[in-house]
Amino acid sequence: MRVVVDLNRCQSYGQCVFAAPEVFRFQGAESLEYDHVPDAGSDQAVERAALACPAQAILLGRSAEAGVVSQAVAAEMR
Amino acid sequence: MTPRRIVIVGASLAGLRTADSLRANGFTGELVLIGDEPHEPYDRPPLSKAVLAGRTGTDRLFLPSAQDLNARRLLGVAATGLDLAAGEVRLADDRRIGFDRLVIATGSRSRPWPVPGEAALRGVHLLRGREDADRIRADLTAGPRRVLVIGGGFTGSEVASSCHDLDIPVTVALRGAAPMASALGEAVGTAIGARQRAHGIDLRVRTTVTALHGDAEGRLRRVWLSDGDELEVDVAVVALGSVANTEWLAGCGLAADPRGVECDAAGRAMGLDCAVVPDVYVAGDVARWRHPHFDAEPQALQHWGNAVDQAEVAAHNLTHRHQRPATALPAFWSDQFGLNVKSVGLPHLADQVVLTQGSFERGPFVAAYGRGGITVGAVAVNSPRVLDGYAALITERAPFPPAINATDSPADATVLSAGSNSAESSGPALTTVHGGQS
Ligand SMILES: Cc1cc2nc3c(=O)[nH]c(=O)nc-3n(C[C@H](O)[C@H](O)[C@H](O)COP(=O)(O)OP(=O)(O)OC[C@H]3O[C@@H](n4cnc5c(N)ncnc54)[C@H](O)[C@@H]3O)c2cc1C
Ligand code: SF4
Repeated sequence: MRVVVDLNRCQSYGQCVFAAPEVFRFQGAESLEYDHVPDAGSDQAVERAALACPAQAILLGRSAEAGVVSQAVAAEMR
Repeated sequence: MTPRRIVIVGASLAGLRTADSLRANGFTGELVLIGDEPHEPYDRPPLSKAVLAGRTGTDRLFLPSAQDLNARRLLGVAATGLDLAAGEVRLADDRRIGFDRLVIATGSRSRPWPVPGEAALRGVHLLRGREDADRIRADLTAGPRRVLVIGGGFTGSEVASSCHDLDIPVTVALRGAAPMASALGEAVGTAIGARQRAHGIDLRVRTTVTALHGDAEGRLRRVWLSDGDELEVDVAVVALGSVANTEWLAGCGLAADPRGVECDAAGRAMGLDCAVVPDVYVAGDVARWRHPHFDAEPQALQHWGNAVDQAEVAAHNLTHRHQRPATALPAFWSDQFGLNVKSVGLPHLADQVVLTQGSFERGPFVAAYGRGGITVGAVAVNSPRVLDGYAALITERAPFPPAINATDSPADATVLSAGSNSAESSGPALTTVHGGQS
């Protein structure tokens, strides 16, 4: 799982820190920091965090590599 | 009508978000992502913050995609040319990739130190990508005597903050009157600068670096400043703003220069004749455009949120007949010295500023920005939860100074000159750079 937080939207409520403290933390009073690539064991906690975020600032997804076609194939792409 | 193949050049935040939202919009055709960095797309804002301070690593910043992209990705190869008539992108390895629609998302890079011999010294760094951050981090962990940050924009200030987290002495030299003044104005920049100094940062305003000196091994050792001082430093981070990555578009007929590629609010690229070029869109740091809410020159808004907003607009317009303009209010954040700085609107356009909540001296504060009697921006320091209200005032073009009357509003709200030094920096297109020069 991959995580990105829209820190313009985030209002530092901290619900994500409650839900998944191993992934989200505050640095200073209001600055959220987090792990973009959490360990697989945290997946459920991260999903709870995303649901709990009142600002809907947490976007979850997969690796952008999903469904990649390799460079060799692309050579035929004229 | 629906394109068969969409090619996106630039595989970072704007490029990935465009691809992701194309799929979310139901685009089922071929998607090609071309990027010169050999990595999967990753997030840059942590580079100057958590990465330099050692709280995360550059291998842990990959960006998610919400959709199955099913894209062909050509990574580690640069686009070197665009042939609009043929509908082809030329690559560094001489391949040509045809497209029905093109998205230009090649972003920007750091403006280099102007003296090549000095720029080449070991210990002298730029900060844009993960390799840059890894190199600076390695130098910081080697225990430098002092770090010099050249430029007091956001990136420079964040680098200074990370050095401070590591207990490394830092000097910041900047040409303007206050850090981040080109984006936030002098009054707010001065307030934040005072807090940087309170953390022990040697902040030198109206000061330039006149020479960088290396030892026999070509390693930075000493620097000279315009105030006559000479400092022993082992690491210098050059944070003098950025330049758009548009060289590959030279001669292709688009209105492209080092300030960006001009486009309309719908993201459609403009030609040299100022007419919209069909089928070519621009998003992110490389886009120079006129935000419909503000009466201002076309400019690049080089912040994370702008890349996301423009990517979503481009993806919508690539998949719909009705072309929608980008209307979301610009916004950005910075984290430094325990301060969360958030901006909404375009504070750098303002001629006046007023403290509306809290105090410049200590604790949280909010300032509102006005131009010609209309509220155009707001900046909140350690007060992220109040900004929505200010965004509403900006959206409705509320009179300036706005009536806030919060419990922490100052009794006498003196309207100050915004004192943005934007006129002094490198032109209007570069005044809102994240990491811009001050
Ligand atoms: C250190 C740092 C800290 C930041 N902090 C913040 C912050 O706190 N808040 C905030 O709002 N913003 C911040 N930003 C700004 C934000 O990261 C950018 O606005 C954002 O990355 C823009 O995304 P983009 O995709 O348009 O451009 P980029 O991220 O620059 O991506 C462009 C991509 O295109 C590639 N490319 C360039 N030329 C070519 C070519 N010819 N062919 C193929 N590929 C090419 C580049 O290598 C790059 O991978 C920060 C930026 C930096 C560097
Ligand atoms: S729950 Fe949402 S708003 Fe709150 S700190 Fe986390 S990301 Fe920010």
